[in-house]
Amino acid sequence: MRNAGGVSGTWKRRRVGRLAVLSAVLLAGLLSLGVQSVQAQTADPIKVGILHSLSGTMAISEAPIKEVVLMAINEINAAGGVLGRKVEPVVEDPASNWDLFAEKAKKLLQEDKVATVFGCWTSVSRKSVLPVFERYNGLLFYPVQYEGEECSKNVIYTGATINQQASPAVDYLMSADGGNKKRFYLIGTDYVYPRTTNKILRLYLKKMGVKESDIQEEYTPFHHQDYQTIVGKIKSFCAGGDAAVINTINGDSNVPFFKELANQGVTADRCPSISFSFAEVELQTLDVKPLAGHLASWNYYMSLKTPENLRWIKAYKEWCAKHNIPDKQCVTDDPMMHAYLHVKLWAKAVTKAGSTEVDKVLKALEGLELDSPVGKYKVDTQNHHTWKPVYIGKIKADGQFDVVWKTKEWVRPEPWSELTYPGRACDWSGDGKGSYDMVGGKRAWLSDKK
Amino acid sequence: MRTFSLVLLCSCLALGALSVRQTAAAVSQALVLELTVPDRQREALVRIRDLADPALKDSALYLWQDKTLLILNDAGTLVDLEGKPLLDSAGQALMPTEGLVVVDLETANMSVVQRALEAIELFGPELAQRKAIALRWGNVQDFAVMPLLERAQTQEADPGVKAVLLETTYKLRLANPDLQIRQQAIAYFGATRAESALSRLRDLRRQEQDPQVQAAITDAVQRIEAYLQMRNAVGYLFNGMSLASILLIMSLGLAITFGLMGIINMAHGEMLMLGSYTAYVLQEFVALRFPAHQDTYFLVALPLSVLVVGAVGVLLERSILRFLYGRPLESLLVTWGIGLVLQQGARLYFGDQTSVNSPTWLRGGWEIMPGLIFPYSRLFIIALSLVCLAVVYWLLYRSETGLKLRAVMQNRDMAACMGISARKVDTLTFALGTALAGVAGCALSLIGTVDPEVGKTYIVDSFMVVVLGGVGKLLGTVLASFGVGMSNKLLEPAIGGTAAAVYAKVGILVLVILFLQLKPTGLFPAQERLAAGTVR
Repeated sequence: MRNAGGVSGTWKRRRVGRLAVLSAVLLAGLLSLGVQSVQAQTADPIKVGILHSLSGTMAISEAPIKEVVLMAINEINAAGGVLGRKVEPVVEDPASNWDLFAEKAKKLLQEDKVATVFGCWTSVSRKSVLPVFERYNGLLFYPVQYEGEECSKNVIYTGATINQQASPAVDYLMSADGGNKKRFYLIGTDYVYPRTTNKILRLYLKKMGVKESDIQEEYTPFHHQDYQTIVGKIKSFCAGGDAAVINTINGDSNVPFFKELANQGVTADRCPSISFSFAEVELQTLDVKPLAGHLASWNYYMSLKTPENLRWIKAYKEWCAKHNIPDKQCVTDDPMMHAYLHVKLWAKAVTKAGSTEVDKVLKALEGLELDSPVGKYKVDTQNHHTWKPVYIGKIKADGQFDVVWKTKEWVRPEPWSELTYPGRACDWSGDGKGSYDMVGGKRAWLSDKK
Repeated sequence: MRTFSLVLLCSCLALGALSVRQTAAAVSQALVLELTVPDRQREALVRIRDLADPALKDSALYLWQDKTLLILNDAGTLVDLEGKPLLDSAGQALMPTEGLVVVDLETANMSVVQRALEAIELFGPELAQRKAIALRWGNVQDFAVMPLLERAQTQEADPGVKAVLLETTYKLRLANPDLQIRQQAIAYFGATRAESALSRLRDLRRQEQDPQVQAAITDAVQRIEAYLQMRNAVGYLFNGMSLASILLIMSLGLAITFGLMGIINMAHGEMLMLGSYTAYVLQEFVALRFPAHQDTYFLVALPLSVLVVGAVGVLLERSILRFLYGRPLESLLVTWGIGLVLQQGARLYFGDQTSVNSPTWLRGGWEIMPGLIFPYSRLFIIALSLVCLAVVYWLLYRSETGLKLRAVMQNRDMAACMGISARKVDTLTFALGTALAGVAGCALSLIGTVDPEVGKTYIVDSFMVVVLGGVGKLLGTVLASFGVGMSNKLLEPAIGGTAAAVYAKVGILVLVILFLQLKPTGLFPAQERLAAGTVR
């Protein structure tokens, strides 16, 4: 495992062990490292945790996140650190194991005493570390789009909520530009994210005037392989050209699904599908040809042409070259951009607060604005989520996206959907106590009910 | 406003061949002004389309120092409308950090850009693209494209694309205010029975006032619906055949190792996985070393996976399984463990998401009737499973090896007395079983994923088929896979609902359980005398 700063706790232990047995050459080499370590310690570094799976099922998506977080820390250190102190990353590998996520989170907070943690990908991993962060009053930055219905005091959610990804996708499909779609086939894997997304989307579609009979919903189990019949149904459903597929299928099942779509001639022009769960990184490992032309909804694409983005990609390419990451795998995507951004957000908030204390940093984060590679981002003044633009992209045969549509402005984050939980919102500013329902014009805090 | 600019767009497109690059510098100044005014942006965009196509992508247009219009091209350099890069005083490419402002495209104007880009593709050299655009325009219901469609029809050489263009034209004509043109379009769809017009026709029936036209629509709708019913029935049968062939190719190997030899090999699914990874590794190797042969590698992958997985089978049998004959519980646990080791090994080495790219000749399908496509990959698997079946049949029942093999399986000691090396036959038989799994894995990578846990999805179905067929009978396995495949694919549409795939599977399991309650030994029970012989 690489360590960005070259200085970490394990070095000291290793040094003691090796000093006794190794030759003078090694000794000299290690001593020079030791000197570095002493220098760094005199500057009293701020420790931050990185909690992403570097092995197991999720490694493919999470390992690149670790890289950009390290890159951001490196940049911050090169510019003199935060509050005059260097930032020192402590990398933990929870190995795609949800229990291990909680254990490692506890270790980071209790043993390493980190100022903040950047981590998690799947909702189940976030849910499993949540009690740890709340109990020890830690701070977690979470970079991935998710199903909402959560608003913890100790988490800053930089990824999209459903109204920042799925609802704009529907807006696009229903616009003249997206093909005036009037009928929708919602297909997903049978678990919480697709079920919640589709629950909200169904209400949203009905609000937009789509008839109940024009919405089809279907779920398949994890690792489902046989999409013959379903694609047959989709083909009939789409034959009129006024229908679209909203795809929340998870992971590997997308391969047989899209292969079947392509083989049965359900092309994107006849029946576009829009997906929320694969970005550039995942596309690099798939057979992209059957997916070409289909759509995705994200807050960032590698292909967005802004000078800042080009600069950022160039910096990451250099980082890859330095760290032996093959060029083919060296792509940037939405969760990576959010992960990079939230390191910078944290640093800005710490500088503003003049302290790394969690409560002060959280206060400083309220309403904080920051330039991202694709425009300005803003932390909400109340609910710990971020305001961001939404882009619809068309998948190209090389695994990149053509941006075909974007929202006019920032989209407001809605951790609690207006449609499924009318009147429910979240406020941590001032003496806010998190999620609340409006009851008779007054806020009834959810935490008081418990 | 919208109609006006679209008309403008069309006239511009008609002139598209005439390049106006030489005047680029002159118009640049005027365009700069217009682009920044939301109301006039649309027209300005249309004019830029003729100047520089790449500029039409989002965020690629920039204003520099409030007066020069620049384009950020794909290579990441700033160029002017004539394509000349922006240079600093030293002649180096310049990327200013200040004074560069992005031209914000109005969301509503992005469709102008889209349509313009599509028009370029409609008259472009790429056949698939032309067809795609023709289809798309039929669905967008943007009537301003009519003149372009007509022009495309006269220019189009490919009959396939031409047919789509015609259908698109008629689809747009369904909304024509002229009654006669509408009737013509309705008659067209009644005759071609094109499913694509069905929902539009139904909508039209609701709005139509004229009873005569209404009757025509009803007639057309009924004709299309009758056709669809027939087509769906054929489709379901094909789906059933396809699943049956998949089940057959999956369980042939198991029918030998479990059916004939009586070894409970829980790692059978992982043998399939190894077959898939063989195809994947070969694909990556060929892509790296012989990029010209990416279409033919799959033909090599099939025999290669037989060899590789067969060799693994030999290794497994020689090193572990031969010590476990006659101890089903131990062999179950050991092979389960081996399966887990192989899974994690694959995960460590290959990571979690990989997929085999189907060769181009196995992409797409054979359109047997309008709207019904038999994918080539599925046809290929059906053919391959029949070939495998024939080979196995020949090996077991028509060859000398098969005779020895059956002799050993029926009565080991007697066969040994006749001079047959029972050990050797054991190894060979097991290797044959795993090699078949290898072929299956290789073939199934065409339609499924290649991942470390892919074996899990196959192993349950394979055991189910073999047990249902009656242990030890090839014919039983064939009939069982046919029965399970067909009933699964006929149940799925019959059940419907939000989780038909899950319930169909549950339904099949229930049926199998009930069947085994009535006939515990399966469709074709092995005869008692033979069964006694297999006890070691």
